[in-house]
Amino acid sequence: MIILLFLIPLSIALAVVFLAAFIWAVRSGQYEDTSPPALRALLEEPNAAKAPRPIVQPPQP
Amino acid sequence: MEWDAPSVDTPRAGAEAACFHCGEPCRDGSHEAAGRAFCCAGCRTVFELLTENGLADFYEFGEVAGVKSQGAPPPGQFHFLDEPAVRRRVTQYTDDRLTRVQFRIPAIHCMACVWLLENLFRLQPGIGSSRVNFARKEVSIGFATAEVRLSEVAALLTSLGYEPDLNLADLDQAGPAPGARRLWLQMGVAGFAFGNIMLFSVSSYFGLDHFSGPHLKKLFGWISLLLSLPVIAYSAADYWRAAWVSLRQRRLTLDVPIALGMAAFLLRSAHAVIFEGADGYFDSLTGLIFFLLCGKWFQQKTFDRLVFDRDYKSFFPLSVTRRTGINEERAALSQLRIGDRIVLRHGELIPADATLADGAALIDYSFVTGESAPVEKQPGDYLYAGGRQVGGAMEILIVKQVSQSYLTSLWNQDAFRKRPRHSFATLTDRYSRRFTASILSIASGAAIYWAWRDPALAVPAFTAVLIVACPCALALAAPFGLGAAQRLLARRGVFLKDASALETLAAAGTIVFDKTGTLSAAGLGEVIFAGEPLTPDERSGLFALAGQSAHPIALAVRRFLKSSHSHGVSQFHEIPGSGIEGRVAGHWLRLGSASWLNLAAPRPGNAHLMIDGHYRGAFALACGVRPEIQPLLQRLARTHELALLSGDNENERERFAQLFPRGSEMRFNQSPLDKLHFIKERQAAGRTVIMVGDGLNDAGALKQSDAGVAVMEHINGFSPASDVILAASALPRLDETLRLARAAVRIVRVSFFISAAYNVVGVAIAARGLLAPVICAILMPLSSASVVAFACAATSLAAWRIAFGRERTAP
Repeated sequence: MIILLFLIPLSIALAVVFLAAFIWAVRSGQYEDTSPPALRALLEEPNAAKAPRPIVQPPQP
Repeated sequence: MEWDAPSVDTPRAGAEAACFHCGEPCRDGSHEAAGRAFCCAGCRTVFELLTENGLADFYEFGEVAGVKSQGAPPPGQFHFLDEPAVRRRVTQYTDDRLTRVQFRIPAIHCMACVWLLENLFRLQPGIGSSRVNFARKEVSIGFATAEVRLSEVAALLTSLGYEPDLNLADLDQAGPAPGARRLWLQMGVAGFAFGNIMLFSVSSYFGLDHFSGPHLKKLFGWISLLLSLPVIAYSAADYWRAAWVSLRQRRLTLDVPIALGMAAFLLRSAHAVIFEGADGYFDSLTGLIFFLLCGKWFQQKTFDRLVFDRDYKSFFPLSVTRRTGINEERAALSQLRIGDRIVLRHGELIPADATLADGAALIDYSFVTGESAPVEKQPGDYLYAGGRQVGGAMEILIVKQVSQSYLTSLWNQDAFRKRPRHSFATLTDRYSRRFTASILSIASGAAIYWAWRDPALAVPAFTAVLIVACPCALALAAPFGLGAAQRLLARRGVFLKDASALETLAAAGTIVFDKTGTLSAAGLGEVIFAGEPLTPDERSGLFALAGQSAHPIALAVRRFLKSSHSHGVSQFHEIPGSGIEGRVAGHWLRLGSASWLNLAAPRPGNAHLMIDGHYRGAFALACGVRPEIQPLLQRLARTHELALLSGDNENERERFAQLFPRGSEMRFNQSPLDKLHFIKERQAAGRTVIMVGDGLNDAGALKQSDAGVAVMEHINGFSPASDVILAASALPRLDETLRLARAAVRIVRVSFFISAAYNVVGVAIAARGLLAPVICAILMPLSSASVVAFACAATSLAAWRIAFGRERTAP
């Protein structure tokens, strides 16, 4: 049973990692709008020459 | 979608061709590029722009993807955006290198739109990345501040057919609501804690002590307690706050027993963990909060689909062009003063009552009266706010303050505000009030009883009753059941403002219809030509001439003529507000108003025709009744009292008397106030009234009615006073909407009954002090889940049966 003292913190730590990942995903706006990203994956990959020319990195408002 | 996928190999040309860009029928072949037909120069320009910049992929998305372009906007239309004050309000971020702006674009409708808007950088140097939020119909664009002006971005979008929606209401918004993000996080935290606590609880369901002794259970209890702390503090924060507010206002809402139940849960469980060495009910507590938040999310998602803007400010342009001397400047609406001279161009709205100073005015009052036939005005004529100029540029003098104008005064009347009906509360609140009171009394009764019989059981019994009776199933039944109905209706083109509108629809006894724009539509109208019959050559010549104009009358004449011949037109002129003229196949054709053609006597008809100087006759436009109206009215008459209120004269009484069942009230020559009074009368007679209307002039009646239904040709259109927006195509199935509303309300009642039955059973056990933690933990999520499943499934089944019934009875 002593193994539980190792496994329980491990399982909770793992779950906390997932929770942190979820919180990061929500905060970075990934849950704002869920339909185009799903469809965007189906669009053809724009080749490198056509990619948007970076002006400057948009700062987070 | 009936359109064939436009393929690159098969150019669509010829008289019946659909525009390669937007799919609308091409009125002639004069707009051609690369062997493809376009309905107008604007669409052709967009096509050329896209192909030149290597964006031809746009047309390979399988549907006719384009939005009809109105062509490049008049220069200066967006100049006001470059004014620092406006610019600051519109942009999200700006510095000397980069600017980020977010525009609302109602025209976004498919994946191709998303693709095109996210490839804007290929059309205009200086534009960086752009991102589309499809659900909100917004695009966020970053561009180099020094290279591109904000007005240029707006003009580019407009020339592509994606005109940004710029209005006061948008600018007044404080930005995207943070509520959704917060709810996601609350759900995430609750789900995390619930899942992990369940891992520990399941073992104790199956008799943990039996195998391991008491220590492990104690440990699990403490872990559960710690895990549930963030849920109680963060995820459930809104419930604590709502309960606190309602207690302070001395009202018993549903939040009170939820919060009380959660508090009892928490205290009982914490007591169990700290003093009894047990593991408490933290699994149920976190599960309850998680499921409640899921229900809230479901409800919010349903509401997000409905963009309702009751604020009439959206009707008016953001700023107007004011003329001072020889200069023109852009001025915000609120800065307008009486006596200001402003310039209105094609498509702009009259912001306040005014007189026409200069220019040709052709005013479309469809927002105000529902009549779509534009009215010609002479200099000096009085113009009402809310009209839309459809001719060329005109100058007007403001004679009333914006806030005093006709529309505003109509709007601001107290009678026009929808007040909640006396003693009317939403279904949930009505039930919850009784529920809350009775649960509290049962819990107290049990506590008093046990305090007398066996004091040790008093507190456990009290908390057990509240725990097991915690109205989660009750709280979830209405949002899930009504939410499911709302979504089903939205799929059929019926958009409800809120769930209580569904209730009102279900309770309705009287349906009042407006005529123009609701039962009839100008676009469907017959065109009658009175005069000397036209030869086939003349018909095709006139067809070609009318094709040069986008004027509603020209369009209607074209539909009427339906020629397949295409002629070239030379020396074409369109005199805004007067008519069109041009040389076709050697003949000089003029089509326009009687005064423009110098006709002596006033003649009937909307557009007069002269060929080579000879008067040939006139076209008259009539309103047509929408299809399938008669069967709809017949079906509705079985269950509802029907009435027709029209602002028009009695010309069409005969026609509508045939459509409406015998005995229906029909009134003509009704002013907006007459309509309002009629609805008030019916309400005074104790009936719940649905007003089905359209146009701003119905706004008063729509607001006065218990449920205002606005019939819209385009869903993106605006409806100020309505509770329900109905796509015009969904009007023939209004009766099914009402039946579904009744079914949904019935289903929610049954759901309430089921959850009440659960509660009665649970409370009966709990009040006797016999409640085992396992039963409590299993009963609660189970009852919620079963009630939600029942509500959703039964609503879908009801919708399916109604649709099935239609197919079966269809001829």
